[in-house]
Amino acid sequence: MSMIEVKGLKKSFGDLEVLKGIDQDVEKGEVLCIIGPSGSGKSTMIRCINHLEKPTAGEIYLDGELITEENIDKIRTKMGMVFQSFNLFPHKSVLENLTIGPMNVKGVKQEEAEKKAHKLLKRVGLSDKANEFPRNLSGGQQQRVAIARALAMDPEVILFDEPTSALDPEMVGEVLDVMKALANEGMTMIVVTHEMGFAKEVADKVIFMDGGYIVEEGAPKDVIGNPQQPRTQDFLSKVLV
Amino acid sequence: MSRVTYSIKESFSQMWRNKGMYFTTIAAMTAMMLILGLFFVAFVNVNMFTQEIEKDYNVIQVYMGEKNDDVANQEVQQQLQAITGVDSLEFVSKDQALQNLKERWGDNAYLLDNLKTNPLPDSFMVYVNDKDSASTVANQASSITGVDDVVFYQDTIDKLAKVTHFIEVGSMVCMIFLVVVSIIIVANTIKLTVFNKAKEIGIMKYLGATDSFVRAPFVLSGMFIGLFSALISTGLIYFIYTKIIEVLGTDIAKIVSVSLVPAMDLVGFILATFAGLGVGIGIIGSFISIARFLRK
Repeated sequence: MSMIEVKGLKKSFGDLEVLKGIDQDVEKGEVLCIIGPSGSGKSTMIRCINHLEKPTAGEIYLDGELITEENIDKIRTKMGMVFQSFNLFPHKSVLENLTIGPMNVKGVKQEEAEKKAHKLLKRVGLSDKANEFPRNLSGGQQQRVAIARALAMDPEVILFDEPTSALDPEMVGEVLDVMKALANEGMTMIVVTHEMGFAKEVADKVIFMDGGYIVEEGAPKDVIGNPQQPRTQDFLSKVLV
Repeated sequence: MSRVTYSIKESFSQMWRNKGMYFTTIAAMTAMMLILGLFFVAFVNVNMFTQEIEKDYNVIQVYMGEKNDDVANQEVQQQLQAITGVDSLEFVSKDQALQNLKERWGDNAYLLDNLKTNPLPDSFMVYVNDKDSASTVANQASSITGVDDVVFYQDTIDKLAKVTHFIEVGSMVCMIFLVVVSIIIVANTIKLTVFNKAKEIGIMKYLGATDSFVRAPFVLSGMFIGLFSALISTGLIYFIYTKIIEVLGTDIAKIVSVSLVPAMDLVGFILATFAGLGVGIGIIGSFISIARFLRK
């Protein structure tokens, strides 16, 4: 049994059908990278996986358990997410941003949550920023805090929605390094990204999406290194210049 | 930045982003408060006028004929005293009557200074034991020789009481209707804002934000709608009412011998009431609109 199973996933916004039937499995410890042009449905797919968008049709399972509106709160404690625009609470310090989830959602005691937050900040190289507010951090640092925040919930899987898209180029590396370290530690990850180098180096599997479908999938050396579908070839020829 | 500062900043930010919609909502609520306020101003004035007249309700004014001399007046006085139900009498000479009128007219008394002759007659103020007997006493007084006219205010008071009651009931019905409409308008405005931020709200909730934290900026926006509407409508009512007093106040005082209630006496109460009403409507409207999104 795969850790995550997506079966016949469809999502429409009014008359616009964004996902037209997605089937995909993700194994424990696997890193799945989703690539594709803007509007292809990549972000919508991972937002549907944790029900930030309610699927129009299809089923999603985590550890064999069907994800529904009823059990989504419980499921989300096992499924961290890192967003493109960080979404840190601006009125809370870095430490508070890391403790608010465990304390409010999982009922962890403050002392315990803070202890863990300090460990995670050390892990992402930001132990000296615990008492800073997000506005005093660079984009890369904020995204590393966001990754630490996702880890604070002890997730089984982390979903990354274009985590480097909003960053200045020189800050992309520090975030990708943290993500690589996570992958090497065996964290299950689903990453929507335009960073082909990262996908090629870190991913166990890459899927290329276009027009709401998975056009091509496989090992990174195949999909990125030797794409078979004309649409994939066309896309990669434009981004790998 | 504290949570309160953050919420206030967020609420102003979302109001600015949707300024057209919020402007329309404030305009609609202002119009509704304006209607309510004008009802209230009319009610206060008619009510005061009724109360002024009610003060004279146990008094019957018996006016003497122009040709009466002191002897004739004394004969009338004796006959009045003999009527059952009369408690006491007070003679008001025509000079005293003019003086009393000047006092009632206050600042406008100068208008009476140019009279060549005093047109007011001598009169008796007849105080009755029981207000219900005023009508009988008035009838008997009017049949006495030497009495020119008898005036008492029961009919007027009854009519005014009906008008006051009508305005009171009308205001209540109007208020209930307008409050419901206002709540719907505010709720829809906030709902559209919430809808625009649905994705963001979903993420905030996902990241552990409490319901109250998510709700606060929307509730504050609702409160600000109410407060701004209260301020603008009170200002407009003050302006309109002051103009009415300027244009009609003197004439009304001359006609009914009662001045309109000064605008400044009402403005504080209207502002406090509307602010409370507006904030209440804002809070209820925003709670209704965001509740569904928080349940998601």
